Amino acid sequence: MNLTLKIWRQPDASSAGAMQTYQLSDVSPDMSFLEMLDVLNEQLNDKGEDPVAFDHDCREGICGSCGLMINGDAHGPEVTTTCQLHMRSFSDGETITIEPWRADAFPVIKDLVVDRSAFDRIIQQGGYISVNTGSAPEAHSVPVPRDDALRAFNVATCIGCGACVAACPNGSASLFMGAKITHLGELPQGQPERDSRVVNMVAQHDHEGFGGCTNIGACTAACPKEIPLDVISQLNKDLRTAIRHGH
Amino acid sequence: MPDTVSAAEASASGFLDGDYDDAAGYYTPGTPLVDTKAPEGPIAERWQNRKFEARLVNPSNRRKLSIIIVGTGLAGASAAATLGEAGYNVKSFCYQDSPRRAHSIAAQGGINAAKNYKEDGDSVHRLFYDTVKGGDYRSRESNVYRLAEVSTNIIDQCVAQGVPFAREYGGLLDNRSFGGVQVSRTFYARGQTGQQLLIGAYQALERQVSAGTVTTYTRHEMMELITVDGKARGIIARDMVTGAVETHLADVVVLASGGYGNVFYLSTNAMGCNVTAAWRAHRKGAYMANPCYTQIHPTCIPVSGSHQSKLTLMSESLRNDGRIWVPKNQADCDKDPRDIPEEDRDYYLERIYPSFGNLVPRDIASRAAKNVCDEGRGVGPEVDGVRRGVYLDFSAAIERLGKKGITEKYDNLFDMYERITGENPFEVPMRIYPAVHYVMGGLWVDYDLQSTIPGLFVTGEANFSDHGANRLGASALMQGLADGYFVLPHTIRDYLADGPFEEITEDHPAVVEARESVKGRIDHFLSVNGTRSVDSYHRELGNIMWEYCGMERTETGLKKAIDLIRSLKDDFYRNVKVLGSAETLNQSLEKAGRVADFFELGELMCIDALNRRESCGGHFRGESQTEDGEALRHDDEYAYVAAWEWAGEDSIPVLHKEDLVYTAIEMKQRSYK
Ligand SMILES: Cc1cc2nc3c(=O)[nH]c(=O)nc-3n(C[C@H](O)[C@H](O)[C@H](O)COP(=O)(O)OP(=O)(O)OC[C@H]3O[C@@H](n4cnc5c(N)ncnc54)[C@H](O)[C@@H]3O)c2cc1C
Ligand code: SF4
Ligand code: FES
Repeated sequence: MNLTLKIWRQPDASSAGAMQTYQLSDVSPDMSFLEMLDVLNEQLNDKGEDPVAFDHDCREGICGSCGLMINGDAHGPEVTTTCQLHMRSFSDGETITIEPWRADAFPVIKDLVVDRSAFDRIIQQGGYISVNTGSAPEAHSVPVPRDDALRAFNVATCIGCGACVAACPNGSASLFMGAKITHLGELPQGQPERDSRVVNMVAQHDHEGFGGCTNIGACTAACPKEIPLDVISQLNKDLRTAIRHGH
Repeated sequence: MPDTVSAAEASASGFLDGDYDDAAGYYTPGTPLVDTKAPEGPIAERWQNRKFEARLVNPSNRRKLSIIIVGTGLAGASAAATLGEAGYNVKSFCYQDSPRRAHSIAAQGGINAAKNYKEDGDSVHRLFYDTVKGGDYRSRESNVYRLAEVSTNIIDQCVAQGVPFAREYGGLLDNRSFGGVQVSRTFYARGQTGQQLLIGAYQALERQVSAGTVTTYTRHEMMELITVDGKARGIIARDMVTGAVETHLADVVVLASGGYGNVFYLSTNAMGCNVTAAWRAHRKGAYMANPCYTQIHPTCIPVSGSHQSKLTLMSESLRNDGRIWVPKNQADCDKDPRDIPEEDRDYYLERIYPSFGNLVPRDIASRAAKNVCDEGRGVGPEVDGVRRGVYLDFSAAIERLGKKGITEKYDNLFDMYERITGENPFEVPMRIYPAVHYVMGGLWVDYDLQSTIPGLFVTGEANFSDHGANRLGASALMQGLADGYFVLPHTIRDYLADGPFEEITEDHPAVVEARESVKGRIDHFLSVNGTRSVDSYHRELGNIMWEYCGMERTETGLKKAIDLIRSLKDDFYRNVKVLGSAETLNQSLEKAGRVADFFELGELMCIDALNRRESCGGHFRGESQTEDGEALRHDDEYAYVAAWEWAGEDSIPVLHKEDLVYTAIEMKQRSYK
């Protein structure tokens, strides 16, 4: 395949960025999207041009490192991560536009790399169960109904990639946050801190500059792990309950 | 595979008789390593005794003691969380943008624990026994026993953190069996166990960040170890965003930096996995043990072409339900597998190893797959003239469990396979082939997980101690969490009880020297301005390693590899092209430093493999096999840990041997027939 790539280049956080155009030939449909960028980078390096920086690590769709806006879609045209997107999803002669995640709370570091540390700071505000090492009861002492465990698992699969934020016109991280709150709220172990968790995480979310949720649903459509929209309803419900409880 | 010597040729040429040191000239013999600090006495009491004897640190003094932990995988994050809770001052480092992205996140199949919830005969002793046997009697028995002993606490801890393990209808935990064992002791969260366990540890870590006991340094790469008076006292790290070369000092340093399988370039490891942290410590005096022990995983998606950047593992749990076969006749290899009748299929594992069948350990399954492909009975596309793939067929399981049953057990794996290959495994059998997956070698540690440098502790995949020459499935996660939650916190306090330690400042000569050497290396890479990219060197090094130090190794092949590596490394230093500057995010520069260390490691791996003229675990020496082609170990000569000492830039390494002594278990040749 032959492709025209329009890529956002920005040397660092403080410089202005711009789109640059590159031609790439001999792209195999079996390549992943990132392998296609590897090939481009080899060519840029040969020509003495700075390779395009992008985040990636596992290349298996699980670490959440990779993430690009491809033709305006977070992670591109398929419901998957960028590393698991393959070139067979594109056609010969196509022009592909590649940009970093767009959101105020995710500032660009360089080219396609953004700073998502706000997610860690949200987790720091209660995205955990407070249990010290060594003080855990026998695992079978608290049975968890299979369906609850399954639902907790399904939303715990969030990889923290940030596609939901990038896709959201408001730049809201409600899907990410809702996934965590639902995961822990679904389990008996998560109950004692349920109220304080949601209040503190939401406060941090707003403090980081993420926008509010207006129920557009672009997040869930872009989420590679198909986290359902109802985690946001759960989030709102938990928040209301917590406020009622006086938090 | 070129340069293979058959057993018959080898014995005819006299290789197998007498004292024959294949690696003569490549190393200097050193003094034996005698003290592993393992407590004496009955094996079941050793850990209890050690915990009791380890000195305590008064809570008010803990605040004054500082710990650096490099790595936020299961081993590092669990240690940082636990030591933070205990009240020490912890600094945690990782090269990713968040601790949650460490390579442990990718583990699929599960984690072992001797809970015996199925009442199928499991026990601490059986887990211990299976692990030692599975490791081909090349691990250290006291460490493995301890691992089995604390395994049950791990599950309790993770459940309390909210890890959503699979459950049965009654609400109790479900488990399954994994390659190489006959009991069900593997706990899992669908095919994403590593993710769920790591998120648990990461959340525990972030809780400590918020409590102020742990500070995280993300996008920071450890570039050098600082030693003062022979003791580890800090690290030099590069802030990967600003390029700042930073000095971090502490009373003790823990490396939880993972494995080095990426030396092979193509592997199932995350792309950033590297040996730098361990290798820099090695150059400062930490011994590197059994570096040649590589695990090749049997169930990976085969290579599709030369652009390939990594290989993807399909969880080995698939072997519980999938049947592995190739056509009996070479002529059928390019047929649609569905058109090949039952009687023309060779279910070779079930045929050769009837009692374990498709569940034989990884090394055996991997070699058997290689053998049938070498015979010309492989399937899938031809790459470089050979079909390297075998079928993993779920049709019988789909009939038995229904599509729904399969989806519940393995869904994301089936999706992942289809996404990568473009084929639907519900309709056509999957194709799999072995790939480099895990390394059992790593920095040498004693029973306390302390390296040969006092004050430098090593946990998880970065150390060598628990898996011998082959790791059983679902036990790396167990080891990472055992080390971090339950072992290190006890042993490190014994070391810290010597505190307060002498104050070190940034202008101490040893610190300045470490910082200058890092800057010197960075400047070098940026100034060469040659013609070849870092990646192209990495790929070529990987090819050499896979060809000559991969699944099958021979004396001639390994010697050739060492020559090739030496000249490639030479060329690398003179001809690499790294663009950009040191003051920004520069991914080529990051890779250059890692590949430079892989060259030195790769050479040592070959020397280690050359020295070990026996087949054991994932390491198959062509010169050492039985009549029917099975691996042949030599306990009389090689029942030792090979611990290598760095002797300087222009010297050959020194080999120290630690004899492996088994008191609670009898060494036997492994047989899975
Ligand atoms: C695809 C796959 C599937 C697997 N499945 C299973 C399974 O089902 N069961 C099982 O038991 N095992 C499995 N394993 C093995 C297991 O995942 C690993 O062995 C284990 O997770 C290693 O954990 P760790 O904490 O030692 O290191 P890692 O998780 O690799 O963490 C290394 C950490 O060190 C940091 N680091 C490394 N170098 C530096 C440096 N120079 N400077 C700063 N930071 C650095 C990294 O950022 C990272 O945080 C699997 C492995 C793979 C590849
Ligand atoms: S909710 Fe989905 S899109 Fe958002 S961070 Fe999690 S996995 Fe990514
Ligand atoms: S690189 Fe890990 S999810 Fe894409």
